[in-house]
Amino acid sequence: MRTFFYERAASAAEAVHAAAAIKDESTSYLAGGTTLVDLMKLDVMRPSAIIDINPLQRTHLGNIDLGNNGLRLGALVRMAEASDHPEVRNRYPVIAQSLQLAASQQLRNMASLGGNVLQRTRCTYFRDVAYAECNKRIPGSGCAAIGGFNRRHAVLGTSDRCIAAYAGDFGQALVALDAAVEIAGPHGNRTIPFAALHRKPEDTPDKETTLDPAEMIVSFLVPAAAWTRRSLYLKVRDRDSYEFALASAAVALDQLDGIVRNARIALGGVATVPWRATEAEAALRGKSINQQNAAMAADAAFANAKGYGHNNFKIELGKRTLQRALLQAAALEI
Amino acid sequence: MSPPLPRADRRSFLRATASAAATPFLVRAAGAEGSPAQARAGTHEPVDVTFHVNGRDHQLSFDVRASLLDLLRDRLGLTGSKKGCDHGQCGACTVLLDGRRELSCLTLAVAAQGRAITTIEGLATNGDLHPMQQAFIDHDAFQCGYCTPGQIMSAVACVNEGHANNDADIREYMSGNLCRCAAYPNIVDAVKQAKHVMKTASRE
Repeated sequence: MRTFFYERAASAAEAVHAAAAIKDESTSYLAGGTTLVDLMKLDVMRPSAIIDINPLQRTHLGNIDLGNNGLRLGALVRMAEASDHPEVRNRYPVIAQSLQLAASQQLRNMASLGGNVLQRTRCTYFRDVAYAECNKRIPGSGCAAIGGFNRRHAVLGTSDRCIAAYAGDFGQALVALDAAVEIAGPHGNRTIPFAALHRKPEDTPDKETTLDPAEMIVSFLVPAAAWTRRSLYLKVRDRDSYEFALASAAVALDQLDGIVRNARIALGGVATVPWRATEAEAALRGKSINQQNAAMAADAAFANAKGYGHNNFKIELGKRTLQRALLQAAALEI
Repeated sequence: MSPPLPRADRRSFLRATASAAATPFLVRAAGAEGSPAQARAGTHEPVDVTFHVNGRDHQLSFDVRASLLDLLRDRLGLTGSKKGCDHGQCGACTVLLDGRRELSCLTLAVAAQGRAITTIEGLATNGDLHPMQQAFIDHDAFQCGYCTPGQIMSAVACVNEGHANNDADIREYMSGNLCRCAAYPNIVDAVKQAKHVMKTASRE
């Protein structure tokens, strides 16, 4: 591991100012460290400076607040804290389930929510510096996964520069629930839709988010909408526990008398970013959820999907995952 | 206060020769001195941190890059916590931090300052094995033993979290600890026994 400068911050303002003062884009905030320390050992991430923001857990960044308007999750809340929270489980089940079905309990105790959404892809060619081609690691170097072993890679949102899948689960729940993310930066705080946080690879796969240097996530704001209670996360994977998704679906439904007023759908394991399936949502509006309509929505969600060889199966698997998630969500007794 | 040093065995011999050969690439953690940028330039000193391990304080000076696992094993001689994958995938390095199970291989030692650290060496009280340790023996819940310290630390936390309610729960919440010998059925039995004993003990 390369050397780095280490500093502990006591407040968000202190952390942001320290990061801004270093004027080096490799500077990283350290929360749980489950991505950062792993990738530093692999020499994939090479921060010259680390700002340890764990002391901020004692501030509002470590709090879960539930009100009539919605849910506020501090960025330093640990995955296990949010997934075990009784009211989160009851009122925002897709959030609790997406966290509970990810990683192991040790990792869930460590990993922060802010760090979770910023976790890096599990693409083997990204994680192994022995491969010279990776546009995420070395812009312009090429993509070894296109034409390489790409069973776990994305079929939605890819480009000819990168097909790495977004590995997280919680991000899909946030997209489905129309959450916002509050961001602190050198010039103050700003709030954006969570769906605007991640960038598709397009021509610059090395730029994964719309965060500016020195900015940090402060909290997630989830509105108390009509669809939050009838929500779930379905994750399909090679093992039944402690594994990344091959395909997953976060679904939230607002139904009246069996007719969908609003469907909110995000897909995981199959896309380069937490993927909102707007076409599938539109296909379900005003309809009841049955086998036929669920299949039609799934077809709409994957209409523009593109397989790269080993991952072709993900198109059918993703459709079936979404169908099952929709049917289960529609049948929930709430 | 330092722990008793291990005898001059293979491990301490290797440690001594390695430290003589290693080039000291060390950086200083931010202290009171100056801005990060100033302190970063040209500082090559170890960090000084106090650790609370198994109820005792240890003042140590070390490379800021050290993982908590390496610090426990190489500096404190607490070699019960094992290095399996060193990437947070196998669970062999599981320790308790402020009572929560976490992975010491993915924890920067410098970031563990101020937290109460419990390792497998800190589980027994006055020479009496923890009920979970005894249960692993009673149920033959290991074969080679390499993953066992991590399994036991994880299992203690699993019970304390309230996640050991049935076999399926135990399997799910112990999935972060891999056992290459596949002693899984016996581990589930051990956790169930220890859970009962731990519950009884906490009622007394």
